[in-house]
Amino acid sequence: MGKDKKETSAIRGKKKSQFRNIMRRFMKNQTAVFGLVVIVVLLIFALFPAQLSNPDYTIQDLANRYAGPSAQHFLGTDELGRDMYTRIVWGCRTSLAIGLASVGIACAIGVTLGTLAGYFGGILDNVLMRIVDVLMAVPNLLLGISIVAALGNSISVLIFAIALGNIAAFARVTRSSVITVRDTEYVEAARATGASDGRIMWKYVLPNALAPIIVQVTTSLAGNILNISGLSFVGLGVPAPTPEWGSMLSNARSIMRDYPLQIVFPGIAIMLTVFAFNLFGDGLRDALDPRLKN
Amino acid sequence: MANLIEVKNLKKYFKTNRGLLHAVDDVSFSIEKGKTLGVVGESGCGKSTLGRTVIHLHEKTSGEIWFEGKDISDVNKQQLKDLREDMQMIFQDPFSSLNPRMSVSQLIAEPLLIYKKCGSRQELEERVTKLMDTVGLAQRLYNSYPHELDGGRRQRIGIARALALEPKFIVCDEPVSALDVSIQAQIINLMQDLQEEHQLTYMFITHDMSVVRHISDDIMVMYLGMMVEFCDSEEIFHNRFHPYTKALLDAVPIPTVKAKKERRLIKGEITSPINPGNECRFAKRCPYADEACFASTPAAEEVCPGHFVACHHVREINNLK
Amino acid sequence: MSKILEIKDLTIHYVTDDEVVKAVNDISITLEEGESLGLVGETGAGKTTTAMGILGLVPNPPGKIIGGEVIYKGKNLLKLSEAEMRKIRGHEISMIFQDPMTALNPVLTVGDQIMEVIRLHQKVSKAEAMKRAMDMMEMVGIEGGRCNEYPHQFSGGMKQRIVIAIALACNPSLLIADEPTTALDVTIQAQVLDLIDNLKKKFNTSLLLITHDLGVVAEVCDKVAIVYAGRIVEYGNLESIYNNPKHPYTNGLFGSIPDFSKKAHRLNPIRGLMPDPSNLPEGCAFAERCPNATDECRKRQPPVVEVEPGHSVRCLMFEKEGR
Repeated sequence: MGKDKKETSAIRGKKKSQFRNIMRRFMKNQTAVFGLVVIVVLLIFALFPAQLSNPDYTIQDLANRYAGPSAQHFLGTDELGRDMYTRIVWGCRTSLAIGLASVGIACAIGVTLGTLAGYFGGILDNVLMRIVDVLMAVPNLLLGISIVAALGNSISVLIFAIALGNIAAFARVTRSSVITVRDTEYVEAARATGASDGRIMWKYVLPNALAPIIVQVTTSLAGNILNISGLSFVGLGVPAPTPEWGSMLSNARSIMRDYPLQIVFPGIAIMLTVFAFNLFGDGLRDALDPRLKN
Repeated sequence: MANLIEVKNLKKYFKTNRGLLHAVDDVSFSIEKGKTLGVVGESGCGKSTLGRTVIHLHEKTSGEIWFEGKDISDVNKQQLKDLREDMQMIFQDPFSSLNPRMSVSQLIAEPLLIYKKCGSRQELEERVTKLMDTVGLAQRLYNSYPHELDGGRRQRIGIARALALEPKFIVCDEPVSALDVSIQAQIINLMQDLQEEHQLTYMFITHDMSVVRHISDDIMVMYLGMMVEFCDSEEIFHNRFHPYTKALLDAVPIPTVKAKKERRLIKGEITSPINPGNECRFAKRCPYADEACFASTPAAEEVCPGHFVACHHVREINNLK
Repeated sequence: MSKILEIKDLTIHYVTDDEVVKAVNDISITLEEGESLGLVGETGAGKTTTAMGILGLVPNPPGKIIGGEVIYKGKNLLKLSEAEMRKIRGHEISMIFQDPMTALNPVLTVGDQIMEVIRLHQKVSKAEAMKRAMDMMEMVGIEGGRCNEYPHQFSGGMKQRIVIAIALACNPSLLIADEPTTALDVTIQAQVLDLIDNLKKKFNTSLLLITHDLGVVAEVCDKVAIVYAGRIVEYGNLESIYNNPKHPYTNGLFGSIPDFSKKAHRLNPIRGLMPDPSNLPEGCAFAERCPNATDECRKRQPPVVEVEPGHSVRCLMFEKEGR
């Protein structure tokens, strides 16, 4: 039997598992791999901040405020003389956690709504999309402010507030993508075979409607990390003294003329993260499409 | 032999912004078991809609559909799913009718999975392998994706999918139109072999007159949603009575060198059947049209045994009694 | 009659990092004034690339003209500069594309689109050009008064007529038609073929018709070239090829078409598939599918053999017969 299997697989060409195929295509894309490497590094920072920097990010050194890079604080210190490097490393955990969690929630809800609306159309589409319109009409920041103001500012409320603002975008992108796929002949063919609506949505529509959703994930992630800073700016962001890149950025805003480095380092951190996720997202989108050459 | 499928006064209208589109208007026909009905006509004549309505891919507006002596005009979801096992479809464009994210084996396994036909993975694999052999797909393509294959092989996948559930009736919507002639001939031969072997009944929709003559037992010519002529496939090439059928067959370019034949070209183009009036739909392009043609829609009449024509002047034009 | 176009050993490859697609290999054809030649072959045989090669429109990269000459009225088009080619395109040689739906600009009226070509190549006033545009429309059977309408207001057959009007607006001496009727219904196809045939006679235009349909060729062409895997495998006048096909591929093509005049039980298709043009065999490209293939066929590229006057075949079977 074992030998038999070997023979059939020799005839059939290696059974390429979906995952390995995707990996192979992804690995060919150098910029995407670069993005992935950066993301992995960021994740390591986020998981082991205590090991990679000072375990206590609250140590103040008021004599050394706004210090430039030195051997002791190699990215300098902030307005309370806290070590910038430590705070950026710890901030990585907060920013990534809020960003990923909020995008994950928004994506799950938005894609579900968008798929149902796009696939079934009709009244359901109308009702769901009007709800989405209402969500879209409220500015994200305002929505965030009112939710955090009402429920208090903890990290989980923050995640929920930011996610809520993103649902509309996911729903819209998914819906329009689903509508184009819904009318393709292979979906009709699936229906003619007798496939149920659920199966068609899951196996036919979604995989082929994925590309714009992935792009939306990466742009939303970037936007959300910046959104936190917006909330922090009005004092509703991550409660102090938890370090978070957005709030570091907004804290430094008032003194950026005198101490530009205060804004540069968190800025670079945010930019690098956003950039890495964008590269990774684009690469993933291409890798998931088997039509592209291996 | 008994009729496998019988369609009576089938209508399918679509609501459009400009009015009611009569895609299929009052069409009746029947197909005997193991036979092939060829449905021909130009684009927009409703032939694809007819095929899709018969197998419930479109919901009919009115009319009756009988399958193996049972009325299947109105079915619920479960009955429809059971019905789909017996009625399958082969699509026109092998480039767009296969999910690009599935491999050949996954595509062929799909109907078997949906109907839970196989108990084990191994059984499934065996069935897929067997189907691939049946339609002439090499085993080395088992894990390939459709975009890696040419049109002929893709259409073989489409056929394998349609065969997987061992249906009795297959609607073939222009299955060879997108293929090159040499590949087209391979696929036609395959379909004929399968028909003989599995006693399949085909409804073969096409615009290609040569193909339809080759494969069909009966032929139905459609124009703007209506049947204009119906008869045996041999008969139509010797005795065609409807002016449209004549023009259609005259227009076919024939690959032989002869003195250029005198063609009766018809003027104008097919219009869309939105809110058609009570008139013969071909009247505007017909060289024989008179007031009578614009006054009422002609009904199909049996001009000679088994030969139906819907034309007010069929007898005068053809010097029939 | 004088030669209007002579293609000698034209070879066009598409070169990418991974592979070389040998799209057109040693194609030679001649076209006299007023004559029409049908270039027949299946998808991927290199028909369209040949046409693009004549017009100097092969996208480069990846397309590369490896060798050969395209002599049009004594000039080698491959040697001309882009500016000189632009004067020839649309003016002396024009092209009709397969899909009339996409060949027209949807935001310009059809009158403007015909006028544009006229004014691009001839110095005439706007009013004069408009009058000419309306004349052209009348000639292809559309009321001149509809010149202010947009493409979407016309049906498919009408659009193709307008495309033809644009192609003929400058009275070209050579018309290249790439599958001009494939997207049309048979009754409309018959009308358009009739139109092309009449206009061709009226203006004494030469026609290079690219098609996969042997029936269409029989309707309008004087000469036929059967293309397989980028090579002309059989070339000659219509009668000799249709009545006396020699090359196994040509025979295969005729066997694949269901006979319209009588019902056969089975078709005789050519087995197998066309070889990948990036991986052509050393010998005859058709050998793999050929019922008469010998070992020699797989080793050696068959020469062109003239089997009867004006009828040549590229097949080893006829090597001894030839002169």
